[in-house]
Amino acid sequence: MNGSSRAALHVRGLSHAFVRDEVLSGIDFRVRAGEVVALVGPSGCGKTTLLHLAAGLLKVQDGQVDNHFASTAFMFQQPRLLPWKTALDNIALSLKAAGVRRAERHFRARELALRLGLAHRDLDKFPHQLSGGMQSRVALARALVLAPELLLLDEPFSALDVGLKEELYRLLLAHQAERHLGVLMITHDLMEAVRLSDLILVMAPAPGRIVCRFELDRAAASRDDGWVYRHTAELLQTRAVRASFGLPPVVAAAPSPPGAGRAHAQVDTGLRLIVPPVPPVAVAGGKRCG
Amino acid sequence: MTLLRAWLAGLPAYLWSGWGAIASLFLLLAAWEAVSLAYGPLVMPAPRAAFATLWGLLDSGAAWPELTATARRALTGYALSVVAGSVLGLLAGLSMTASMMSRPLVTVLMGTPPIAWLVLAMLWFGASDGTPVFTVLVASFPVIFIGALQGTRTLDNHLRGMAEAFRLPRRMMLTDVYLPHVVSYLFPAWIAALGTAWKVVVMAELLATQDGVGAALAVSRSHLDTAATMAWIVAVVGLLLAVEYLVLEPVKREVERWREQGT
Repeated sequence: MNGSSRAALHVRGLSHAFVRDEVLSGIDFRVRAGEVVALVGPSGCGKTTLLHLAAGLLKVQDGQVDNHFASTAFMFQQPRLLPWKTALDNIALSLKAAGVRRAERHFRARELALRLGLAHRDLDKFPHQLSGGMQSRVALARALVLAPELLLLDEPFSALDVGLKEELYRLLLAHQAERHLGVLMITHDLMEAVRLSDLILVMAPAPGRIVCRFELDRAAASRDDGWVYRHTAELLQTRAVRASFGLPPVVAAAPSPPGAGRAHAQVDTGLRLIVPPVPPVAVAGGKRCG
Repeated sequence: MTLLRAWLAGLPAYLWSGWGAIASLFLLLAAWEAVSLAYGPLVMPAPRAAFATLWGLLDSGAAWPELTATARRALTGYALSVVAGSVLGLLAGLSMTASMMSRPLVTVLMGTPPIAWLVLAMLWFGASDGTPVFTVLVASFPVIFIGALQGTRTLDNHLRGMAEAFRLPRRMMLTDVYLPHVVSYLFPAWIAALGTAWKVVVMAELLATQDGVGAALAVSRSHLDTAATMAWIVAVVGLLLAVEYLVLEPVKREVERWREQGT
């Protein structure tokens, strides 16, 4: 699936602190072209900081971030559209920054917008005249219009309803597969991670660190709802994930569905735990950073 | 260029929408008439008498040199304050320290009465154009400066972060992110400052110069000619209304089109 290109984002031994608050510690991972990597963890565990470091929006203090992708685009939690520009001009913003001529950037923006489900008449509207879903499409189009090789997503779909989410997932996956895009997304929604990614990195707070990794070996496009539900449930049963989110351990006595428990995580499923959870990192109940 | 074309295209509809404003102006005229009927023409001449005097002044050509002198001084001072206030306010807004330092200074400027500046200006510039121009400049500068400062400081951090993530060059940061936001603070400030400029210039002329509307008012006061006084007031206010509603307001509408349209 991946490997036709040698482009990759390497993060090695990355640590970060705001003044004396250690937010990230010893982060290692890699995103290759054509690969979707999800960073999962509770709110305030340093996910956004990590993404900003990867995007070069923050200065790296300790460790290494090597981005070998030719171009990188960022999509934020909120659409963050410029309210005084029409949808079309918002999409074309990054092209304008890159010095593309007006006629061409409008042509490219329009073409992509139509593929992402925006209508011609929406493109002349200002952001406040568009619904939340339409605004998210515009934000996605703005990120994709530069044809980036690496896409960084900061929980961009968290405010949308289920139907809209599904549609944007589909559009994103189609685009990702077609362009062989590397994607690093952060989310606190396990289902979203299972739905979209090839590799899930589970983070725990205080300081933010990666406690385990899951590989998903079925292509994202061929995952059906049943598969996603089953594996989300399975992921939720693992000790590391529960500890990270501050959930109490699974009660053994409860009649659990087949596949529950760590022992089953590797059996006949597409979910493979590759780094066993670090010994229960002295997690005190529901402790979270921030 | 596109702005000019949009301004011309929008003008008829805009003027048509002005009936409400005209109606309220006519109400004011009616009140004026009532006062003149109650107190007699020496205290308050009838509007018709004032307009007839004004027409006489315009027709004989006596009014034009005074009006152009006043307009020249007011607009020179205003233009200087627009440039200085907007640029300095924007720059001060970009830096936290500069904005914190400049706030009290601007409050001092705002609190100093224009008449005090006028006294100083008369000492510095004598009876030249410099006196009214300077007084107008100091009186309207702080209004515009505050507008630009507020506009710059209130830009949404999220939008700034977005602009950085998309690597907008410095020039685009200014033209596509900062200016459109700041303009919505600047325009009201520009309009308020224009009113200030117009008032202050007449006051300055009344005390300091030999020509201009202010000087003409001083003459009509000494002749106890209330009809001429009202005529000059009507002329000055009419010019202000024309500049504000024919130039600034339509431009503001065009620039802020994104804000007004409902869903």
